Amino acid sequence: MNLMMLLEMASSGFGDRIAVGSQGRGLTYEQLFQRAGATAMRFREAGIDRVSMVDVSSEALPIALFGSAWAGVPFVPLNYRLTVPELRHLAAEVAPSVTVCNDDAVAAIGDLDGVRAVVRPDFLAQWAEGAAPDSDWNVDPEEIAILLYTSGTTGAPKAAVLRHRHLVSYIIGSVEFMGAAEDEATLVSVPPYHVAGMAAILSSVYAGRRIVQLPNFDPAGWVDLVRAEGVTHAMVVPTMLARIVDHLEDVGGGLPSLRALSYGGGKMPAPVIARALDVLPETNFVNAYGLTETSSTVAVLGPEEHRDAHRSDDPSVRARLGSAGRPLPAIEVDIRDEEGNPVATGTSGEIWVRGEQVSGEYLGRNSRVTPDGWFPTNDGGSLDGDGYLYVEGRIDDIIVRGGENISPGEIEDVLLSHPSVADAAAVGVPDEQWGEAVAAVVVPAKGQSVDIADLQEFVKSQMRSSRTPDCIELRDELPYNETGKLLRRILREELAESR
Amino acid sequence: MDLKPGSRLKSSVCDTELIVVKAPSGDVDITCGGAPMADPADAERNGEVAAAAADGTALGKRYVNEDESLEVLCTKPGDGSLALGDMALSLKEAKPLPASD
Repeated sequence: MNLMMLLEMASSGFGDRIAVGSQGRGLTYEQLFQRAGATAMRFREAGIDRVSMVDVSSEALPIALFGSAWAGVPFVPLNYRLTVPELRHLAAEVAPSVTVCNDDAVAAIGDLDGVRAVVRPDFLAQWAEGAAPDSDWNVDPEEIAILLYTSGTTGAPKAAVLRHRHLVSYIIGSVEFMGAAEDEATLVSVPPYHVAGMAAILSSVYAGRRIVQLPNFDPAGWVDLVRAEGVTHAMVVPTMLARIVDHLEDVGGGLPSLRALSYGGGKMPAPVIARALDVLPETNFVNAYGLTETSSTVAVLGPEEHRDAHRSDDPSVRARLGSAGRPLPAIEVDIRDEEGNPVATGTSGEIWVRGEQVSGEYLGRNSRVTPDGWFPTNDGGSLDGDGYLYVEGRIDDIIVRGGENISPGEIEDVLLSHPSVADAAAVGVPDEQWGEAVAAVVVPAKGQSVDIADLQEFVKSQMRSSRTPDCIELRDELPYNETGKLLRRILREELAESR
Repeated sequence: MDLKPGSRLKSSVCDTELIVVKAPSGDVDITCGGAPMADPADAERNGEVAAAAADGTALGKRYVNEDESLEVLCTKPGDGSLALGDMALSLKEAKPLPASD
């Protein structure tokens, strides 16, 4: 198994379709295949252990990804927003490498031992041109395809290991070959170093869906590109969707070409998805839950399920709008307690997953996967009687107040249902009496003022008093990383200090 | 031969190549065009597609046996059709999943 098998199939099945770029001007699958082969030759000549990239999305990304798969070295997309010291640290760890760079990155890491920094225009003109050799990639499924440094919201970054067998299994288990119609195009706005950015390339190539790239997300640019390129599919993280909905409500007009919009990568506030369903009535919504360590998606809530839940008067059906849907056919999901024993349906515990696409492995660390293939995700959640998965967030984020486990998501949902609240986060802070106390940070809605005592009373009226935030702080915004993950660690530290 | 997920197979009588998605344990007697399949490294073109097994394979399609304990994906199409022992493999109906990334 090798990622190149996916591109080779695409190239022989529909080689003259556009793989990446604008209709009529982009690279075809056949051209992408040729460039991957030409690049692989040069990667081999360079005698390196890895191919890395510190740059936004461009056509260089799929060329470098497939070229490294062909050459038999891992591809390592790095976060181009890291500080110079952080970037130097990771680049040194990844060396010896060829690293495709933006101009800032060349200056930041070009002098490091074993790092051959190549700017994108040179990479495209000098590395990706020329004849491809015969198809001679390594087919050992155990070879590492991609190393992804996790976002490090809870500590130092570590590299998740995705082998060719994980990614190929994921794609052939979840995507129909040539399943896309010829007019379909997907807009990729997540960065290359996010698992969804990698999975989007592989899924789209196998489905035959043209990739349109938005290098730096902003809501107006995203909407303009959907309209200009006739984009039919897109994936966004929750913070992006909130900003897109705001923008569409401001400027008006719909997105008639957009057939399917999937979201994932963090908790979607219920009011945002409800507004999105109203603003984009023709669009099919898909909620995807997955992790870097599981090669992206393991559960999906499909379009029909969204509509049924949105229209339903039955609270248990309506609640599914807040679920991650049901596991993919090739994935098993189990909810287990702290000892690793399965819990009853409807009971919260840790989400465990099993399947060919599950890696659960970090470079230089022991695998967390059990001998029988189960991976504890460190996400809390529950399954309902119909198999719908409810994700409650990282287990490390659970607030333990006086021995009671409190999921921050429950409190946030209640806070967000208050009309004067635009965004909310709940975290545990050290407390002498309770061990941890519940603290909340709230962003008032545009033009609204928030009365803290009223808001505490509002939460108390809907939940047990132990779940009422002991303190609420007002702010203009919450700290998110650029892929939409709330930085709870930062909030915890700041709130603990201010108490 | 013993098969496991990821194993590759090549026809000895046509262009068909497969990758194994799922396989039962033990000896698996998979044929294409009426002739045994082999690892691509060892496969040699030898003979013709049998008339009774000439429906062909299609790129990107998946084929299964009756109880779906064996599933293969066609990575290169050819003129022969697939069988496990005496039983022809059938095209697996695709249950489309919504695009999620």
